[in-house]
Amino acid sequence: MTVRVLLFASYADAVGKRELTLELAEGAVVGDVVAHVRGLAGGTALPPAPLLAVNAAYARAHQPVRSGDEVAIIPPVAGG
Amino acid sequence: MTATSPGSTVAVDFAPDEYLRYSRHLILPEIGLDGQRALRRARVLLVGAGGLGSPAALYLAAAGVGTLGLVDFDAVDVSNLQRQILHGTRDIGRLKIDSARDRLADINPGVHVESFPVRLTAANAREIATGFDLILDGTDTFATRYLVNDLCVLLGAPNVYGSIFRFDGQASVFAAADGPCYRCLYPAPPPAGLVPACAEGGVLGVLPGLVGTIQATEAIKLITGAGTPLVGRLLLVDALHWRVRTVRVQRDPACPACGTRAIRDLTDAEQLCAVPVPDELDAAFGAVPDIEPVALAERLRSGHPIDLIDVREPHEWEIARIEGAHLIPLASLESRFHELSPDRDIVVHCKVGGRSAQAARRLRAAGFRHVWNLAGGIQRWSREVDPGVPEY
Repeated sequence: MTVRVLLFASYADAVGKRELTLELAEGAVVGDVVAHVRGLAGGTALPPAPLLAVNAAYARAHQPVRSGDEVAIIPPVAGG
Repeated sequence: MTATSPGSTVAVDFAPDEYLRYSRHLILPEIGLDGQRALRRARVLLVGAGGLGSPAALYLAAAGVGTLGLVDFDAVDVSNLQRQILHGTRDIGRLKIDSARDRLADINPGVHVESFPVRLTAANAREIATGFDLILDGTDTFATRYLVNDLCVLLGAPNVYGSIFRFDGQASVFAAADGPCYRCLYPAPPPAGLVPACAEGGVLGVLPGLVGTIQATEAIKLITGAGTPLVGRLLLVDALHWRVRTVRVQRDPACPACGTRAIRDLTDAEQLCAVPVPDELDAAFGAVPDIEPVALAERLRSGHPIDLIDVREPHEWEIARIEGAHLIPLASLESRFHELSPDRDIVVHCKVGGRSAQAARRLRAAGFRHVWNLAGGIQRWSREVDPGVPEY
C-alpha cells in the first residue's frame, strides 16, 4: 500500500524532502512510517516518537495506516 | 468616560472619536459594541517583543485591547529590523519595550502598556503574569516555551502560541478549557544537539508577520468570543510552498502539566540553544579547546601551518569569509575527511561557534588530534580581527 508522508520545518530540512511516498506492507502502523523516515539519510534528526498526524488528526505510533493515508510528522519549533 | 445619552438607557463608554476609530469592528456583528468593550477590558501579556510580538502588539493595540503587557529584556539590534516591525532604525540600541511603547502609543493612545524589561524566569513569571487574561507566546527558545506553557496551565490563562523556523510556522491556542497544552504535543524538549543555534537559524522576515498576526487573530477571537479559536488544532504553515494544514490535536491525560498536574511549580529549563553537550570523547580527552580570534590571527601571521576549515553553508561563504579558509559545510564533513591531514593543526569555525563545535567533535572522533574551535566564529573574527569581513 502507498502512503504519503509530509515533513515540516527542521525534519524536512534534515531529510532534504518535504513530501515522500512510501510503499508499505499491509498491516503497517504509523510507527513503521517513522522508522522508515528515520532510516533515510539525515533521518536520525527525528526522535523515535515524534508528534504525528494521520489525515490531519493526531495519531499514535501503534495506529494502523491505510493505503492513501497522509502521515504528517511534526517537529517542535521554537523560533520567534 | 461612562455617560448616558438623553432618552436612552444604553451605557455609552467610548468617546465620540473612538466610535470612529473602532467603527469597522462595531459594524461587524461578530464583534460589535459588546466585543469592542470586551477588548477594552482585556489584559493581554505578550512575552517577547521580537518577530512574533511585533505584529501581534501592533494589531492588538490597533484593535483597542485595553492593557498590553510586554516582557522583553533585549535591546534593538540592526539585525532585528528585517522582521521586528515594532522597532525602527532610530531605535537601534534602545530597549525593545521602550521602542514598543512609543510605537504603540502612536498607533492607539487609548491602550495602556505595562512594561517588564526583564527575562521571564520561573522566579518572576507568576508575579508578572497574574491578572492577565491571556498570554501570547512570542519567545524564541524551547526553555521559555515550556515556561510560558506551564505558567498558562497554572494560572488557567490561554496560551496563544506561535512559533517559526526558516519558512515554516505553527500556531495554536494551548491551555484553554478542554484543549491540550504545549506539553501534550511535545512532552520534552528536543536534545540540545538537534536544536540549531539560535543566531544561526535564518528566517524569512515576513514569516513572523504571518504567524504573529494569526496569534493576534486568536487573541481577539478569545476575548470577543467570535468564531472558533485554534483550541485543539495545530495550524502548520509552510510559506515556501504554501502548504497549510490544520491538524486536530488532543489533550494527553498523562500530561504532567494539564493532565496529572504533577507540575505544580515553574522551573527554568536549560537554554536549549547552541549549548555543546559533553560526550565520552570529552571525558577521555577533555573538551575541544577554543582558540581566541586574536590568537588565531597571530598564529596565521607567524606562518604557523594551520588548516582553517569553515563549516558554514556555501551561501554564507558568499557573504563573508576569512582569508585562507577552506569551505567544508558541516553536512559534508565526513565525506571530505580525506582532504585533511591528521598531523596538521586544524581550526574549525562557523558563524558563532555552534556548528563548528560539532565539527570539532566529529573530527576528533575520526582521529584528528589537533583540533581547535574558533571562539565566537566569523562574527568575533569580524569584530576583533578584521572589520573588513562583513557581519551578518
